[in-house]
Formats: sequence, structure tokens, C-alpha cells
Amino acid sequence: MELLVASAIGVLTAAGIYLVLRLRTFPVILGMSLLTYAVNVFLFASGRLTIGAPPILSDDVTTYTDPLPQALVLTAIVISFGMTAVVVMISLGAYLGSDDDHVDDQPESTGSEASQ
Amino acid sequence: MTHWIIMPIVLPAFLAPFIVLAARYHIGIQRVFSLAGVAALVVLSASLVWQVSDGSVLYYRLSDWAAPFGIVLVGDRLSTMMVLLTSVLALFVLLYAIGSGWDDRGRHFHALFQFQLMGILGAFLTGDLFNLFVFFEVLLIASYGLMIHAGGNERLRAGVQYVLFNLIGSTLFLFALGSIYAETGTLNMADLSNRVAMIGAEETVGIRIAAVLLLLVFAIKAALVPLHFWLPSSYAEAPAPVAALFAIMTKVGAYAIIRVYTMIFPPDLEATMGLHEVWLLPAALVSLAIGMIGVLAARKLDRLVAFSIIGSMGMVMVAISLFDPASIAAALYYIIHSTLAGAVLFLIADLVRTGRGNLDLTPQQPMIGTHMTAGMFFAGAIAMAGLPPLSGFLGKLLVLNASFEADLMVWVWAIVLGSSLVSVVGFARAGSVVFWKAHGTPVGEPVEGTGKPAALSYVAIGGLFALLVAHTVFAGKVHGYTTAIATELFDHKTYMSIVLETPGKLSDYKGGH
Repeated sequence: MELLVASAIGVLTAAGIYLVLRLRTFPVILGMSLLTYAVNVFLFASGRLTIGAPPILSDDVTTYTDPLPQALVLTAIVISFGMTAVVVMISLGAYLGSDDDHVDDQPESTGSEASQ
Repeated sequence: MTHWIIMPIVLPAFLAPFIVLAARYHIGIQRVFSLAGVAALVVLSASLVWQVSDGSVLYYRLSDWAAPFGIVLVGDRLSTMMVLLTSVLALFVLLYAIGSGWDDRGRHFHALFQFQLMGILGAFLTGDLFNLFVFFEVLLIASYGLMIHAGGNERLRAGVQYVLFNLIGSTLFLFALGSIYAETGTLNMADLSNRVAMIGAEETVGIRIAAVLLLLVFAIKAALVPLHFWLPSSYAEAPAPVAALFAIMTKVGAYAIIRVYTMIFPPDLEATMGLHEVWLLPAALVSLAIGMIGVLAARKLDRLVAFSIIGSMGMVMVAISLFDPASIAAALYYIIHSTLAGAVLFLIADLVRTGRGNLDLTPQQPMIGTHMTAGMFFAGAIAMAGLPPLSGFLGKLLVLNASFEADLMVWVWAIVLGSSLVSVVGFARAGSVVFWKAHGTPVGEPVEGTGKPAALSYVAIGGLFALLVAHTVFAGKVHGYTTAIATELFDHKTYMSIVLETPGKLSDYKGGH
């Protein structure tokens, strides 16, 4: 199971980074989503992988799963969801405004600021 | 237990939704509430500074759960000083935003401004690494809104780059936190400090990766070369008061580096030995050089100021990466100076924009209000370039003095002094083109959209200058205080014992279901 989770995180991260490096709005946002999925699974796994164990104290159980990473993941999911919504809105605005979905500065389209 | 320490977070957190809900269509009421809130913040943070000035540590357990299980807020001299600096800066920036009318050029400026303050102040006060991440996100999401305030294509484009860069930074932050938690099982800073020291010498692989990842995240925030590419266009395109407030945001990164790398990964920790001298110091020196060369090469005034921010952050990071009490004290002194000077320069660049309509460094007809603006630019450039008599000079002197013992002392001195010269030339070139050569060009019709800056704008800039002068005049006192902070950072027994030994609420387990 460790191998499966680890390779899943690895593949998600690699795909995310590849897409982010495409430098066009849509692939970059998809890549960012894949990266956040990867980091969510990674955070989840940081409390060790346990199957079928409860996170809450009770008398007749001897093995537990760590509840904290689950809380952390929940926070991270909510935040990344909001952030994705914001970046979609801003990049949509930028794309509709300038009719160009490049993330990096384009030398010909920025005119006098080409030197930057 | 006193509740005052959480007020700097709670106050803006309540004020912002109130402004959105109750005063959405009334810019006047928004201004009154926003200004009153920030003024109250200044008073609050001044009283926090006063409470801890004798070396005591303020401590707050949320819901009364004891550390390391609950989230804690900790106010020692370092964090309260940063809180005071933020709220004072915010007061003058807000005055400028109101005076220049920037807050009325889009919607929800004041609400976003308050959320931004909440994030920054929370990041300074928290004693928990995951909570630091959450406050980073709060300040970032507010800054996304502020950054594209008033709209415009160029600004949106720069905004997309800024948001994406910071999203990648946040993802990296989560990876770092995950590895730290996997290695140690805690995220409370004081608890981490104990547990990281206990990790055996042959098992440090994970924690070393986490330490470097965390340093990368903070270096992105501090705009350290080669992670600075987000800064020039986003700061240049952001509305001027927002850019001036962002002057404190790079310092949040510097603060986090100081806090985490004195407390959790101190310089004498074997696992992370060499991180500062081998990696951080050269990167900081390169930032300093690149920032000041950027000042010389910039073709627009706002880019020039943005690059001078990178340069001054390089200066701060040079001082931090020497990592001894003297250099941290110098870094803290310089942090205050560079925040104020950077903010002043962004506001002055906006005066130029108001007076002549653009920021190109080309000779044009004299702008409206040229004498006042030119005088202020002169003083601001002196402050940023680090010439006497203003505090930048003293800050540089302290950094140079602290680097005497360092191995790379020759490099530090050469680059600090060389980059000062370059920045003096850069600022002098910009000033002479914008202000002096203007008198040789023929006067035509006034450019459309220009006007005289409001009196309140001058008041705001004058107030920041007054702070810079006070920072110079009382340099001895301030440096004495930062020295006390630095000593406290390297000997954090009070902090640790207060956080870890104060008992909190006990959960009452009765067994069963």
C-alpha cells in the first residue's frame, strides 16, 4: 500500500509540474489542481497509513489512526479549493481583457516593457 | 490569561465583514470604520509592545487547549515589534489610499485591506507552523484582491503571475509541513524545537529535506534570488497604496526565517549545519546585487522601486544569514528601515503618476506639484540607497559591522558597498531625468488625467518620513531593543517554558462510547 500511495503522489506531482510548466492559463490551473491533490494525499499519509482503525479514543481498541493529518488535510482542501476559484476568476479576467492566455510576459505583446 | 494578544487578529476579522455587509455602498462610512480600526490596532499593538518590553512573553491558548495539542498565539518582543510596525505602516498607507482616492477606484478596498492586516498580524503572532500556513493563505487571498484592485489588463496579467507563483509556494509549504509532521509528530514551534534536537544523527534525512523546503517557501515570500521573479511586475502593477503595504509582506518571509531558523533549526543544529553560510548567504548577496542593478536598469519608476525592494530584502537576508545575535539585531533594525523606505518610495512614485500621468523615465514637461514631489523623492532615495543622514546608512553600518567575523566578509563588504554605489547612481539617474530634465523640455498642455495630489497624500508620506527620521534619531534605543530581541531569540528558554509548561484545559475521558 505504501508503494501505491507513494507512487500516486509522485505521478500526480510530476504531472502537475509538467502542466504548470506549459505556461498557458488552462494547463497551469489544471497542473496546480493536480499539485494540490498530490499534497493533500501527502499530508494525509504523513500520519502513517493505517487501515480500519478509529481516530477517537475508546476502550476496546488498541490501534488508532492519527486524527491530526485528517484535520490538516481538511483545512488544506478548503483553502486550495478557494484559491483555485480565485485563480480561475482572475485568469479568466486577464484572458478576456487581453485576448491572450500566456502566463509569462510576451515580448511582443507588452510593448515598452519588453525589457522586463 | 489576558485576551489582548488575540485582538489584533479578531478586530480586523470582524471589521472586514462588517464593512462589506453594512457599508457596502458608502465609501465615507467604510473609510471611517477602516481608519478607526487601524488606529485602534496601532494603540493595541503599542500596548502589546509595552507589555513585553521587559522580556516577558504573552501567551494565548485558543479554546484553552494546552500546547502542543491546541493552537497557541505567542507575543514576544520580536512578534510584537513586527505587529506594531505593520499597524503603523497600515495607518499611513490607509491615509494615502483615502487621500489619493485609490480606495474608491474599485470595490471592497477597505474590507480586503482589513483581511490583509488580519493575515499579516496573525502570521506574526502565531506559535504554530500550520497556523502560520493558514495566516499566510489569509494574507495571500486578501492580497490577490488588493493586487487587482481597480482592474486593468496589465494589472490582471501581473495578478495572474503573482497568484500562480504564490499558489506554488503554498503547495511547497504544505509539502514541508507534511514532512515535518511525519518526522516529528508535532507542528507547534516550541515543541518542534525540542523534538528536532532529539533526532538522531543518522535519521536526519527527512528533517533536512523539510528544513530546506521550508526555507524555500520563506525565500519565495522574501523574494530572494532566484525566487524573486514574481515581485517586480506584481509590485509595479499593484495600486500604489497596496504596493506600499506589500512592503511588509516580504518582511513576513524574513520574520518567518528568523523565527524558524533560530528556534526549530538553530545554526548549531547538526542536521542543518551549513544551510545559512553555504546557501542562504550567497543567494542573499546575489539578491542585493541584482536588486540594485535592476534599480540602475529600470525604465519605469515603479519597476525601479520594486527592484530596490528586492535589493533591500537582499540586504536584510545578508544580515539574517550570518545568524549570530549581532547580525540578527542589525537585520531587525534594517527591516524597520526598509519597510518604511520602500513604502515611502511606492507612494512617491504614485505622486509622480498623479502629477504627469505616467512613470516612464524620459524627460517630459514639469509635473504638477514638482517641487514637493522632487524633494520627497530625493529624501526617499537617500533613505533607500543608504546614504547619511537617514537610517539606511546606520542599518548598513550595523550589517557591515556584524559581518566582520564571517568567512565571506570580503564578499559581504564588497557587494554591500558596491551595490550602494550602483543604487545611488540609479536613483540619481531616475531623479535627474524625471525632475531636472523636465525643466528643459517645452511646456505644453497639461496631460489629461493629471492633477494636484491631495493634501492628505502629503500628510501620509510626511508621516512615514517622520518615522524614518525618528528611526534615525533614536537609532541607539532601537538598536538596543533589537539587540535584546536577538539575544532572546538565541536563548529562548522563557518562550519555551511558557508555551510548553502552562497547563491548559484537560479533556475528561470517561471511557466507553
